[in-house]
Amino acid sequence: MKTILKKMLDVKKEFPIFKNNPHLVYLDSAATSQKPKTVIESLKNFYEKENANIHRGVYTLSEIATEKFEKVREIIARFINAEKDEIVFTKNTTESLNLLSYSIKDIIPENKNEIVLTEMEHHSNLIPWQQMARRNNMKLKFIPIKNFELDYEKAREIITERTAIVSVTHVSNVLGTVNLIDKIINISKEKSAITIIDAAQSVPHLKIDVKKLDCDFLAFSGHKVYGPLGVGILYGKKELLEKLPPFLTGGGMIEEVNYDNVTWNRAPLKFEAGTQNIGGVIAFGEVIKYLEELGLDNIYEYERELLIYALEKLNEIKNIEIYNPGIDKSLALISFNIKRIHPHDVASILNEYDIAIRAGHHCCMPLMKKLGISGTCRISLSFYNTKKDIDMLIKGIEKVQEVFK
Amino acid sequence: MTLEMYREYILDLYKNPLNKGNIENPSHEYKKNNPLCGDEVKIQLQVEDNKIHEVKFQGIGCAISIAFASLLTEKIKNLTIEEVKNLNKDDILELVKIPLSPVRIKCALLSLDVLRGALENARD
Repeated sequence: MKTILKKMLDVKKEFPIFKNNPHLVYLDSAATSQKPKTVIESLKNFYEKENANIHRGVYTLSEIATEKFEKVREIIARFINAEKDEIVFTKNTTESLNLLSYSIKDIIPENKNEIVLTEMEHHSNLIPWQQMARRNNMKLKFIPIKNFELDYEKAREIITERTAIVSVTHVSNVLGTVNLIDKIINISKEKSAITIIDAAQSVPHLKIDVKKLDCDFLAFSGHKVYGPLGVGILYGKKELLEKLPPFLTGGGMIEEVNYDNVTWNRAPLKFEAGTQNIGGVIAFGEVIKYLEELGLDNIYEYERELLIYALEKLNEIKNIEIYNPGIDKSLALISFNIKRIHPHDVASILNEYDIAIRAGHHCCMPLMKKLGISGTCRISLSFYNTKKDIDMLIKGIEKVQEVFK
Repeated sequence: MTLEMYREYILDLYKNPLNKGNIENPSHEYKKNNPLCGDEVKIQLQVEDNKIHEVKFQGIGCAISIAFASLLTEKIKNLTIEEVKNLNKDDILELVKIPLSPVRIKCALLSLDVLRGALENARD
Protein backbone atom coordinates (compact mmCIF):
# COMPACT_ATOMS: atom_id res chain seq x y z
CA MET A 1 0.00 0.00 0.00
CA LYS A 2 2.75 2.44 0.98
CA THR A 3 4.54 1.97 -2.34
CA ILE A 4 1.34 2.50 -4.28
CA LEU A 5 0.75 5.74 -2.41
CA LYS A 6 4.21 7.02 -3.13
CA LYS A 7 4.01 6.18 -6.80
CA MET A 8 0.65 7.93 -7.05
CA LEU A 9 1.80 11.07 -5.29
CA ASP A 10 4.24 11.67 -8.12
CA VAL A 11 1.53 11.29 -10.74
CA LYS A 12 0.21 14.84 -10.47
CA LYS A 13 3.43 16.10 -12.07
CA GLU A 14 2.53 14.29 -15.26
CA PHE A 15 -0.60 16.43 -15.73
CA PRO A 16 0.41 19.88 -17.07
CA ILE A 17 -2.89 21.49 -15.98
CA PHE A 18 -1.65 21.33 -12.38
CA LYS A 19 1.61 23.00 -13.30
CA ASN A 20 -0.29 25.83 -14.98
CA ASN A 21 -2.89 26.05 -12.19
CA PRO A 22 -0.80 25.24 -9.13
CA HIS A 23 -3.60 25.91 -6.63
CA LEU A 24 -6.27 24.00 -8.49
CA VAL A 25 -8.11 21.38 -6.46
CA TYR A 26 -9.84 19.51 -9.25
CA LEU A 27 -12.73 17.41 -8.00
CA ASP A 28 -14.72 17.09 -11.22
CA SER A 29 -13.06 14.22 -13.05
CA ALA A 30 -16.41 12.48 -13.56
CA ALA A 31 -17.32 15.36 -15.91
CA THR A 32 -14.00 15.20 -17.71
CA SER A 33 -10.62 14.04 -16.53
CA GLN A 34 -7.42 16.04 -16.87
CA LYS A 35 -4.93 14.88 -19.50
CA PRO A 36 -1.44 13.51 -18.91
CA LYS A 37 1.48 14.99 -20.81
CA THR A 38 1.77 11.89 -22.95
CA VAL A 39 -1.69 12.53 -24.45
CA ILE A 40 -1.04 16.18 -25.17
CA GLU A 41 2.32 15.34 -26.75
CA SER A 42 0.74 12.66 -28.88
CA LEU A 43 -1.81 15.16 -30.24
CA LYS A 44 0.91 17.70 -30.92
CA ASN A 45 3.07 15.09 -32.57
CA PHE A 46 0.24 13.95 -34.83
CA TYR A 47 -0.71 17.41 -36.06
CA GLU A 48 2.89 18.57 -36.39
CA LYS A 49 4.39 15.48 -37.97
CA GLU A 50 1.87 12.89 -39.07
CA ASN A 51 -1.41 14.56 -39.99
CA ALA A 52 -3.14 12.80 -42.89
CA ASN A 53 -6.49 11.16 -43.51
CA ILE A 54 -6.72 7.42 -43.10
CA HIS A 55 -7.79 4.34 -45.07
CA ARG A 56 -7.62 5.29 -48.73
CA GLY A 57 -4.38 7.21 -48.93
CA VAL A 58 -1.58 5.50 -50.82
CA TYR A 59 1.13 7.85 -49.65
CA THR A 60 3.36 7.22 -46.64
CA LEU A 61 1.78 9.69 -44.18
CA SER A 62 -1.67 8.29 -44.76
CA GLU A 63 -0.40 4.75 -44.38
CA ILE A 64 1.26 5.61 -41.09
CA ALA A 65 -1.88 7.34 -39.80
CA THR A 66 -4.02 4.36 -40.83
CA GLU A 67 -1.69 1.92 -39.15
CA LYS A 68 -1.56 3.91 -35.91
CA PHE A 69 -5.33 4.45 -35.90
CA GLU A 70 -6.06 0.75 -36.39
CA LYS A 71 -3.43 -0.17 -33.81
CA VAL A 72 -5.46 1.73 -31.20
CA ARG A 73 -8.44 -0.47 -32.00
CA GLU A 74 -6.27 -3.40 -30.96
CA ILE A 75 -5.05 -1.63 -27.84
CA ILE A 76 -8.60 -0.83 -26.72
CA ALA A 77 -9.79 -4.34 -27.54
CA ARG A 78 -7.03 -5.75 -25.35
CA PHE A 79 -7.83 -3.21 -22.62
CA ILE A 80 -11.43 -4.45 -22.22
CA ASN A 81 -10.76 -8.01 -23.40
CA ALA A 82 -12.63 -7.73 -26.70
CA GLU A 83 -11.68 -8.55 -30.30
CA LYS A 84 -10.32 -5.84 -32.58
CA ASP A 85 -13.39 -5.84 -34.82
CA GLU A 86 -15.68 -5.39 -31.86
CA ILE A 87 -14.47 -1.83 -31.21
CA VAL A 88 -16.34 1.04 -32.94
CA PHE A 89 -15.04 4.59 -32.70
CA THR A 90 -17.65 7.27 -32.00
CA LYS A 91 -17.36 10.74 -30.53
CA ASN A 92 -18.54 9.89 -26.99
CA THR A 93 -20.76 7.63 -24.87
CA THR A 94 -23.82 9.60 -25.94
CA GLU A 95 -23.15 8.94 -29.62
CA SER A 96 -22.45 5.25 -28.91
CA LEU A 97 -25.82 4.90 -27.18
CA ASN A 98 -27.62 6.90 -29.87
CA LEU A 99 -26.10 4.66 -32.52
CA LEU A 100 -27.60 1.65 -30.76
CA SER A 101 -30.97 3.30 -30.20
CA TYR A 102 -31.26 4.00 -33.93
CA SER A 103 -29.84 0.74 -35.29
CA ILE A 104 -30.92 -1.91 -32.85
CA LYS A 105 -34.57 -2.21 -33.89
CA ASP A 106 -33.58 -4.53 -36.74
CA ILE A 107 -32.31 -7.23 -34.39
CA ILE A 108 -35.23 -7.18 -31.97
CA PRO A 109 -37.70 -10.09 -32.29
CA GLU A 110 -41.27 -9.02 -33.01
CA ASN A 111 -42.72 -10.38 -29.77
CA LYS A 112 -40.53 -8.07 -27.66
CA ASN A 113 -41.50 -4.46 -27.07
CA GLU A 114 -40.07 -3.38 -23.72
CA ILE A 115 -36.92 -1.44 -22.91
CA VAL A 116 -35.64 -1.68 -19.33
CA LEU A 117 -33.46 1.04 -17.79
CA THR A 118 -32.80 2.03 -14.18
CA GLU A 119 -33.95 5.03 -12.19
CA MET A 120 -30.35 6.26 -11.95
CA GLU A 121 -29.52 6.67 -15.64
CA HIS A 122 -27.74 9.73 -16.97
CA HIS A 123 -29.86 11.57 -19.56
CA SER A 124 -27.61 10.06 -22.24
CA ASN A 125 -28.78 6.55 -21.36
CA LEU A 126 -32.39 7.66 -20.93
CA ILE A 127 -33.38 10.03 -23.71
CA PRO A 128 -32.15 7.88 -26.67
CA TRP A 129 -34.33 5.02 -25.36
CA GLN A 130 -37.23 7.31 -24.58
CA GLN A 131 -37.11 8.46 -28.19
CA MET A 132 -36.69 4.94 -29.55
CA ALA A 133 -39.70 3.79 -27.50
CA ARG A 134 -41.71 6.69 -28.89
CA ARG A 135 -40.69 6.00 -32.51
CA ASN A 136 -41.47 2.30 -32.28
CA ASN A 137 -44.35 2.26 -29.86
CA MET A 138 -42.34 0.39 -27.24
CA LYS A 139 -42.69 0.51 -23.47
CA LEU A 140 -40.04 1.91 -21.10
CA LYS A 141 -39.61 0.31 -17.67
CA PHE A 142 -37.29 1.25 -14.84
CA ILE A 143 -35.51 -0.82 -12.22
CA PRO A 144 -36.11 1.18 -9.02
CA ILE A 145 -33.48 2.26 -6.50
CA LYS A 146 -33.53 1.53 -2.80
CA ASN A 147 -30.96 3.00 -0.37
CA PHE A 148 -29.03 4.47 -3.32
CA GLU A 149 -28.61 1.12 -5.07
CA LEU A 150 -30.63 -0.96 -7.50
CA ASP A 151 -33.43 -3.11 -6.19
CA TYR A 152 -32.36 -6.45 -7.68
CA GLU A 153 -35.47 -8.26 -6.48
CA LYS A 154 -37.59 -5.81 -8.46
CA ALA A 155 -35.26 -6.21 -11.44
CA ARG A 156 -36.34 -9.86 -11.62
CA GLU A 157 -39.96 -8.79 -11.93
CA ILE A 158 -39.33 -5.96 -14.36
CA ILE A 159 -37.21 -7.86 -16.87
CA THR A 160 -39.59 -10.24 -18.64
CA GLU A 161 -39.92 -12.32 -21.81
CA ARG A 162 -41.23 -9.11 -23.43
CA THR A 163 -37.99 -7.25 -22.65
CA ALA A 164 -36.03 -6.46 -25.79
CA ILE A 165 -33.26 -4.30 -24.33
CA VAL A 166 -31.76 -3.81 -20.89
CA SER A 167 -29.51 -0.75 -20.80
CA VAL A 168 -27.90 -0.02 -17.44
CA THR A 169 -25.22 2.26 -16.11
CA HIS A 170 -22.27 0.48 -14.51
CA VAL A 171 -21.49 3.28 -12.07
CA SER A 172 -23.93 6.07 -11.21
CA ASN A 173 -22.57 9.54 -11.99
CA VAL A 174 -24.61 10.95 -9.09
CA LEU A 175 -24.43 8.32 -6.36
CA GLY A 176 -21.16 6.61 -7.21
CA THR A 177 -23.00 3.31 -6.83
CA VAL A 178 -21.31 0.39 -8.58
CA ASN A 179 -24.21 -1.61 -9.95
CA LEU A 180 -23.96 -5.40 -9.93
CA ILE A 181 -24.22 -5.51 -13.69
CA ASP A 182 -23.28 -9.19 -13.84
CA LYS A 183 -26.48 -9.88 -11.94
CA ILE A 184 -28.53 -7.68 -14.29
CA ILE A 185 -26.86 -9.27 -17.33
CA ASN A 186 -27.68 -12.75 -16.04
CA ILE A 187 -31.33 -11.94 -15.43
CA SER A 188 -31.51 -10.36 -18.89
CA LYS A 189 -29.92 -13.37 -20.56
CA GLU A 190 -32.53 -15.65 -18.99
CA LYS A 191 -35.14 -13.59 -20.83
CA SER A 192 -33.08 -13.30 -24.04
CA ALA A 193 -32.86 -9.52 -23.80
CA ILE A 194 -30.03 -7.52 -25.39
CA THR A 195 -27.74 -6.09 -22.70
CA ILE A 196 -26.10 -2.67 -22.95
CA ILE A 197 -23.74 -1.22 -20.35
CA ASP A 198 -23.10 2.52 -19.98
CA ALA A 199 -19.54 2.30 -18.68
CA ALA A 200 -18.70 6.02 -18.87
CA GLN A 201 -18.09 6.24 -15.12
CA SER A 202 -16.57 2.81 -14.58
CA VAL A 203 -13.86 2.49 -17.23
CA PRO A 204 -11.72 5.24 -15.62
CA HIS A 205 -11.65 3.30 -12.34
CA LEU A 206 -12.25 -0.40 -12.88
CA LYS A 207 -10.79 -3.15 -15.00
CA ILE A 208 -13.47 -4.08 -17.52
CA ASP A 209 -13.63 -7.53 -19.08
CA VAL A 210 -16.43 -7.72 -21.64
CA LYS A 211 -15.97 -11.46 -22.16
CA LYS A 212 -16.42 -12.15 -18.49
CA LEU A 213 -19.35 -9.77 -18.24
CA ASP A 214 -20.85 -11.27 -21.38
CA CYS A 215 -22.75 -8.05 -22.14
CA ASP A 216 -23.81 -7.48 -25.75
CA PHE A 217 -22.75 -3.83 -25.95
CA LEU A 218 -20.76 -1.45 -23.79
CA ALA A 219 -20.16 2.28 -24.27
CA PHE A 220 -17.67 4.73 -22.82
CA SER A 221 -15.95 8.07 -23.49
CA GLY A 222 -12.22 8.60 -23.93
CA HIS A 223 -12.20 12.03 -22.32
CA LYS A 224 -13.31 10.64 -18.96
CA VAL A 225 -10.45 8.10 -19.13
CA TYR A 226 -7.71 10.77 -19.40
CA GLY A 227 -7.93 10.81 -23.20
CA PRO A 228 -8.67 13.74 -25.52
CA LEU A 229 -12.19 15.07 -26.08
CA GLY A 230 -14.15 13.70 -29.00
CA VAL A 231 -13.28 10.01 -28.84
CA GLY A 232 -15.95 7.54 -27.78
CA ILE A 233 -16.05 3.77 -27.85
CA LEU A 234 -18.80 1.35 -28.58
CA TYR A 235 -18.03 -2.28 -27.92
CA GLY A 236 -20.40 -4.79 -29.52
CA LYS A 237 -20.28 -8.56 -29.90
CA LYS A 238 -19.07 -9.25 -33.41
CA GLU A 239 -22.10 -11.27 -34.54
CA LEU A 240 -24.41 -8.49 -33.34
CA LEU A 241 -22.41 -5.69 -34.94
CA GLU A 242 -22.55 -7.61 -38.22
CA LYS A 243 -26.35 -7.74 -38.01
CA LEU A 244 -26.89 -4.08 -37.07
CA PRO A 245 -27.53 -1.62 -39.87
CA PRO A 246 -25.35 1.52 -39.87
CA PHE A 247 -26.42 4.66 -38.01
CA LEU A 248 -24.59 7.46 -39.83
CA THR A 249 -23.91 6.98 -43.52
CA GLY A 250 -21.41 8.54 -45.93
CA GLY A 251 -17.77 8.09 -46.77
CA GLY A 252 -15.62 5.32 -45.38
CA MET A 253 -18.42 3.01 -44.28
CA ILE A 254 -19.25 1.60 -47.72
CA GLU A 255 -18.09 -1.27 -49.88
CA GLU A 256 -19.61 -0.46 -53.24
CA VAL A 257 -21.70 2.56 -54.21
CA ASN A 258 -23.95 3.12 -57.21
CA TYR A 259 -26.19 6.12 -57.79
CA ASP A 260 -29.17 4.29 -56.40
CA ASN A 261 -27.80 1.64 -54.06
CA VAL A 262 -24.95 0.76 -51.76
CA THR A 263 -23.37 -2.15 -49.94
CA TRP A 264 -21.96 -1.55 -46.48
CA ASN A 265 -18.42 -2.09 -45.35
CA ARG A 266 -17.87 -4.78 -42.70
CA ALA A 267 -18.24 -4.01 -38.99
CA PRO A 268 -16.83 -1.99 -37.28
CA LEU A 269 -16.05 0.23 -40.30
CA LYS A 270 -19.69 0.46 -41.38
CA PHE A 271 -20.36 2.45 -38.20
CA GLU A 272 -17.57 4.95 -38.82
CA ALA A 273 -18.91 7.30 -41.48
CA GLY A 274 -16.88 10.35 -42.42
CA THR A 275 -13.41 11.36 -41.32
CA GLN A 276 -12.68 10.14 -37.83
CA ASN A 277 -10.92 11.95 -34.97
CA ILE A 278 -7.66 10.33 -36.01
CA GLY A 279 -5.28 12.36 -33.85
CA GLY A 280 -7.62 11.93 -30.88
CA VAL A 281 -7.86 8.18 -31.31
CA ILE A 282 -4.08 7.83 -31.59
CA ALA A 283 -3.64 9.93 -28.44
CA PHE A 284 -6.23 7.79 -26.66
CA GLY A 285 -4.10 4.76 -27.44
CA GLU A 286 -1.25 6.45 -25.55
CA VAL A 287 -3.51 6.89 -22.53
CA ILE A 288 -4.33 3.21 -22.38
CA LYS A 289 -0.63 2.38 -22.38
CA TYR A 290 -0.12 4.98 -19.66
CA LEU A 291 -2.90 3.53 -17.49
CA GLU A 292 -1.65 0.00 -17.96
CA GLU A 293 1.81 1.06 -16.87
CA LEU A 294 0.36 2.73 -13.80
CA GLY A 295 -1.66 -0.41 -13.16
CA LEU A 296 -5.44 -0.42 -12.92
CA ASP A 297 -5.26 -2.32 -9.64
CA ASN A 298 -3.01 0.37 -8.19
CA ILE A 299 -5.40 3.05 -9.41
CA TYR A 300 -8.33 1.23 -7.83
CA GLU A 301 -6.55 0.78 -4.49
CA TYR A 302 -5.38 4.37 -4.34
CA GLU A 303 -8.73 5.87 -5.30
CA ARG A 304 -10.50 3.65 -2.80
CA GLU A 305 -8.30 4.92 -0.02
CA LEU A 306 -9.06 8.49 -1.12
CA LEU A 307 -12.79 7.77 -1.17
CA ILE A 308 -12.69 6.30 2.34
CA TYR A 309 -10.84 9.39 3.53
CA ALA A 310 -13.24 11.77 1.78
CA LEU A 311 -16.35 10.02 3.11
CA GLU A 312 -14.93 10.03 6.61
CA LYS A 313 -14.09 13.74 6.50
CA LEU A 314 -17.38 14.76 4.89
CA ASN A 315 -19.30 12.78 7.48
CA GLU A 316 -17.73 14.93 10.18
CA ILE A 317 -19.27 18.08 8.71
CA LYS A 318 -22.33 19.42 10.47
CA ASN A 319 -25.59 19.70 8.55
CA ILE A 320 -24.46 17.60 5.64
CA GLU A 321 -26.54 15.06 3.82
CA ILE A 322 -24.58 12.46 1.84
CA TYR A 323 -26.16 10.42 -0.96
CA ASN A 324 -23.96 7.36 -1.06
CA PRO A 325 -24.64 3.63 -0.69
CA GLY A 326 -21.46 3.06 1.37
CA ILE A 327 -17.81 2.54 0.66
CA ASP A 328 -18.08 -1.07 -0.46
CA LYS A 329 -20.81 -0.32 -2.96
CA SER A 330 -19.46 2.83 -4.55
CA LEU A 331 -16.41 4.37 -6.13
CA ALA A 332 -14.67 7.63 -6.79
CA LEU A 333 -17.53 10.06 -6.32
CA ILE A 334 -19.70 11.51 -3.57
CA SER A 335 -22.84 13.63 -3.82
CA PHE A 336 -23.94 15.71 -0.87
CA ASN A 337 -25.92 18.72 0.22
CA ILE A 338 -25.26 21.21 2.96
CA LYS A 339 -28.50 22.03 4.72
CA ARG A 340 -30.07 25.35 3.75
CA ILE A 341 -27.32 26.15 1.24
CA HIS A 342 -27.97 25.66 -2.44
CA PRO A 343 -25.39 23.52 -4.33
CA HIS A 344 -24.66 26.42 -6.67
CA ASP A 345 -23.77 28.66 -3.78
CA VAL A 346 -21.52 25.97 -2.32
CA ALA A 347 -19.74 25.53 -5.67
CA SER A 348 -19.43 29.29 -6.25
CA ILE A 349 -17.76 29.87 -2.90
CA LEU A 350 -15.50 26.82 -3.24
CA ASN A 351 -14.44 28.21 -6.62
CA GLU A 352 -13.14 31.22 -4.76
CA TYR A 353 -10.61 28.86 -3.15
CA ASP A 354 -9.74 27.20 -6.50
CA ILE A 355 -11.76 24.13 -5.65
CA ALA A 356 -13.65 22.79 -8.67
CA ILE A 357 -16.72 20.72 -7.88
CA ARG A 358 -19.94 20.18 -9.82
CA ALA A 359 -23.33 21.36 -8.61
CA GLY A 360 -26.76 20.72 -10.00
CA HIS A 361 -28.75 17.79 -11.33
CA HIS A 362 -25.79 16.12 -13.09
CA CYS A 363 -27.94 15.30 -16.15
CA CYS A 364 -30.14 13.10 -13.94
CA MET A 365 -33.28 15.19 -13.46
CA PRO A 366 -35.61 12.20 -12.90
CA LEU A 367 -33.27 10.79 -10.23
CA MET A 368 -33.22 14.18 -8.48
CA LYS A 369 -37.03 14.21 -8.40
CA LYS A 370 -36.95 10.67 -7.03
CA LEU A 371 -34.56 11.76 -4.26
CA GLY A 372 -36.78 14.77 -3.63
CA ILE A 373 -34.06 17.34 -4.24
CA SER A 374 -33.30 19.78 -7.03
CA GLY A 375 -29.59 19.10 -7.11
CA THR A 376 -26.48 18.05 -5.23
CA CYS A 377 -22.87 19.05 -4.81
CA ARG A 378 -20.67 16.35 -6.31
CA ILE A 379 -17.00 15.66 -5.87
CA SER A 380 -15.38 13.09 -8.12
CA LEU A 381 -11.94 11.70 -7.54
CA SER A 382 -9.07 10.51 -9.65
CA PHE A 383 -5.66 9.05 -8.95
CA TYR A 384 -4.11 12.50 -9.38
CA ASN A 385 -6.06 13.76 -6.35
CA THR A 386 -4.50 13.65 -2.92
CA LYS A 387 -5.67 13.68 0.69
CA LYS A 388 -4.56 17.29 0.72
CA ASP A 389 -7.20 18.03 -1.92
CA ILE A 390 -9.83 16.56 0.39
CA ASP A 391 -8.52 18.63 3.31
CA MET A 392 -8.81 21.76 1.14
CA LEU A 393 -12.36 20.80 0.26
CA ILE A 394 -13.30 20.35 3.90
CA LYS A 395 -11.81 23.74 4.77
CA GLY A 396 -13.67 25.23 1.82
CA ILE A 397 -16.99 23.81 3.00
CA GLU A 398 -16.36 25.30 6.42
CA LYS A 399 -15.89 28.69 4.75
CA VAL A 400 -19.16 28.19 2.86
CA GLN A 401 -20.93 27.54 6.14
CA GLU A 402 -19.35 30.64 7.63
CA VAL A 403 -20.63 32.82 4.77
CA PHE A 404 -24.15 31.47 5.19
CA LYS A 405 -24.07 31.49 8.99
CA MET B 1 -14.41 38.15 -6.17
CA THR B 2 -17.13 35.60 -5.77
CA LEU B 3 -17.38 36.19 -2.06
CA GLU B 4 -18.42 39.76 -2.76
CA MET B 5 -21.36 38.21 -4.54
CA TYR B 6 -22.52 36.98 -1.16
CA ARG B 7 -22.61 40.30 0.61
CA GLU B 8 -24.89 40.66 3.63
CA TYR B 9 -27.72 42.16 1.57
CA ILE B 10 -27.97 39.13 -0.73
CA LEU B 11 -27.78 36.69 2.15
CA ASP B 12 -30.50 38.58 4.03
CA LEU B 13 -32.80 38.41 1.03
CA TYR B 14 -32.04 34.70 0.70
CA LYS B 15 -32.91 34.00 4.31
CA ASN B 16 -35.88 36.39 4.41
CA PRO B 17 -37.13 36.73 0.86
CA LEU B 18 -39.56 39.48 -0.10
CA ASN B 19 -42.85 38.66 -1.80
CA LYS B 20 -42.51 34.94 -1.30
CA GLY B 21 -45.85 33.20 -1.13
CA ASN B 22 -49.05 32.59 -3.03
CA ILE B 23 -51.86 34.66 -4.48
CA GLU B 24 -55.12 32.80 -4.18
CA ASN B 25 -56.66 33.83 -7.48
CA PRO B 26 -53.92 35.37 -9.56
CA SER B 27 -54.75 36.96 -12.90
CA HIS B 28 -51.42 35.71 -14.29
CA GLU B 29 -49.21 32.77 -13.39
CA TYR B 30 -46.16 31.02 -14.82
CA LYS B 31 -43.44 28.64 -13.68
CA LYS B 32 -40.17 27.66 -15.22
CA ASN B 33 -37.13 25.48 -14.62
CA ASN B 34 -33.58 26.67 -14.70
CA PRO B 35 -32.17 23.85 -16.87
CA LEU B 36 -28.75 24.42 -15.38
CA CYS B 37 -29.63 23.46 -11.84
CA GLY B 38 -33.18 22.14 -12.04
CA ASP B 39 -34.53 24.91 -9.81
CA GLU B 40 -38.10 25.95 -10.39
CA VAL B 41 -39.50 29.44 -9.94
CA LYS B 42 -43.19 30.35 -10.09
CA ILE B 43 -44.49 33.89 -10.29
CA GLN B 44 -48.09 34.92 -9.73
CA LEU B 45 -49.50 38.35 -10.55
CA GLN B 46 -52.65 40.23 -9.74
CA VAL B 47 -53.06 42.78 -12.51
CA GLU B 48 -55.68 45.49 -12.04
CA ASP B 49 -56.24 48.50 -14.34
CA ASN B 50 -53.22 47.49 -16.36
CA LYS B 51 -51.00 47.73 -13.27
CA ILE B 52 -49.23 45.15 -11.14
CA HIS B 53 -51.38 45.25 -8.05
CA GLU B 54 -49.82 42.25 -6.31
CA VAL B 55 -46.96 39.87 -7.03
CA LYS B 56 -45.71 36.72 -5.30
CA PHE B 57 -43.07 34.15 -6.13
CA GLN B 58 -42.49 30.57 -5.09
CA GLY B 59 -39.64 28.17 -5.54
CA ILE B 60 -36.34 26.94 -4.31
CA GLY B 61 -33.11 28.31 -5.60
CA CYS B 62 -29.65 29.56 -4.89
CA ALA B 63 -29.00 32.73 -2.95
CA ILE B 64 -28.59 34.70 -6.17
CA SER B 65 -31.83 33.60 -7.80
CA ILE B 66 -33.87 34.08 -4.62
CA ALA B 67 -32.37 37.50 -3.88
CA PHE B 68 -33.04 38.71 -7.41
CA ALA B 69 -36.56 37.28 -7.39
CA SER B 70 -37.17 39.31 -4.23
CA LEU B 71 -35.82 42.49 -5.75
CA LEU B 72 -37.56 42.06 -9.08
CA THR B 73 -40.94 41.42 -7.53
CA GLU B 74 -40.44 44.43 -5.29
CA LYS B 75 -39.50 46.62 -8.25
CA ILE B 76 -42.51 45.82 -10.42
CA LYS B 77 -45.19 46.62 -7.85
CA ASN B 78 -47.47 49.33 -9.22
CA LEU B 79 -45.73 49.41 -12.58
CA THR B 80 -47.85 49.22 -15.72
CA ILE B 81 -47.76 46.11 -17.89
CA GLU B 82 -45.85 48.07 -20.55
CA GLU B 83 -43.27 49.23 -18.05
CA VAL B 84 -42.74 45.67 -16.88
CA LYS B 85 -42.49 44.38 -20.44
CA ASN B 86 -39.82 46.97 -21.15
CA LEU B 87 -37.58 45.83 -18.31
CA ASN B 88 -34.38 44.43 -19.69
CA LYS B 89 -31.44 42.44 -18.43
CA ASP B 90 -29.49 45.48 -17.34
CA ASP B 91 -32.40 46.89 -15.36
CA ILE B 92 -32.36 43.70 -13.33
CA LEU B 93 -28.61 43.41 -12.89
CA GLU B 94 -28.57 47.03 -11.69
CA LEU B 95 -30.80 46.13 -8.76
CA VAL B 96 -27.70 45.07 -6.87
CA LYS B 97 -24.31 45.68 -8.35
CA ILE B 98 -22.42 42.52 -7.56
CA PRO B 99 -19.88 40.73 -9.72
CA LEU B 100 -21.55 37.75 -11.37
CA SER B 101 -20.00 35.17 -13.66
CA PRO B 102 -21.89 34.38 -16.89
CA VAL B 103 -23.33 31.23 -15.32
CA ARG B 104 -24.54 33.04 -12.23
CA ILE B 105 -26.05 35.85 -14.34
CA LYS B 106 -28.51 33.20 -15.52
CA CYS B 107 -29.49 32.60 -11.89
CA ALA B 108 -30.06 36.33 -11.43
CA LEU B 109 -32.19 36.56 -14.58
CA LEU B 110 -34.29 33.44 -14.06
CA SER B 111 -37.09 35.38 -12.36
CA LEU B 112 -37.22 37.96 -15.19
CA ASP B 113 -37.77 35.09 -17.60
CA VAL B 114 -40.54 33.71 -15.45
CA LEU B 115 -42.10 37.15 -15.07
CA ARG B 116 -42.22 37.57 -18.86
CA GLY B 117 -43.87 34.16 -19.08
CA ALA B 118 -46.42 35.20 -16.47
CA LEU B 119 -47.40 38.28 -18.46
CA GLU B 120 -48.12 36.03 -21.44
CA ASN B 121 -50.16 33.66 -19.34
CA ALA B 122 -53.32 35.33 -18.17
CA ARG B 123 -55.75 33.01 -16.40
CA ASP B 124 -59.39 33.42 -17.21
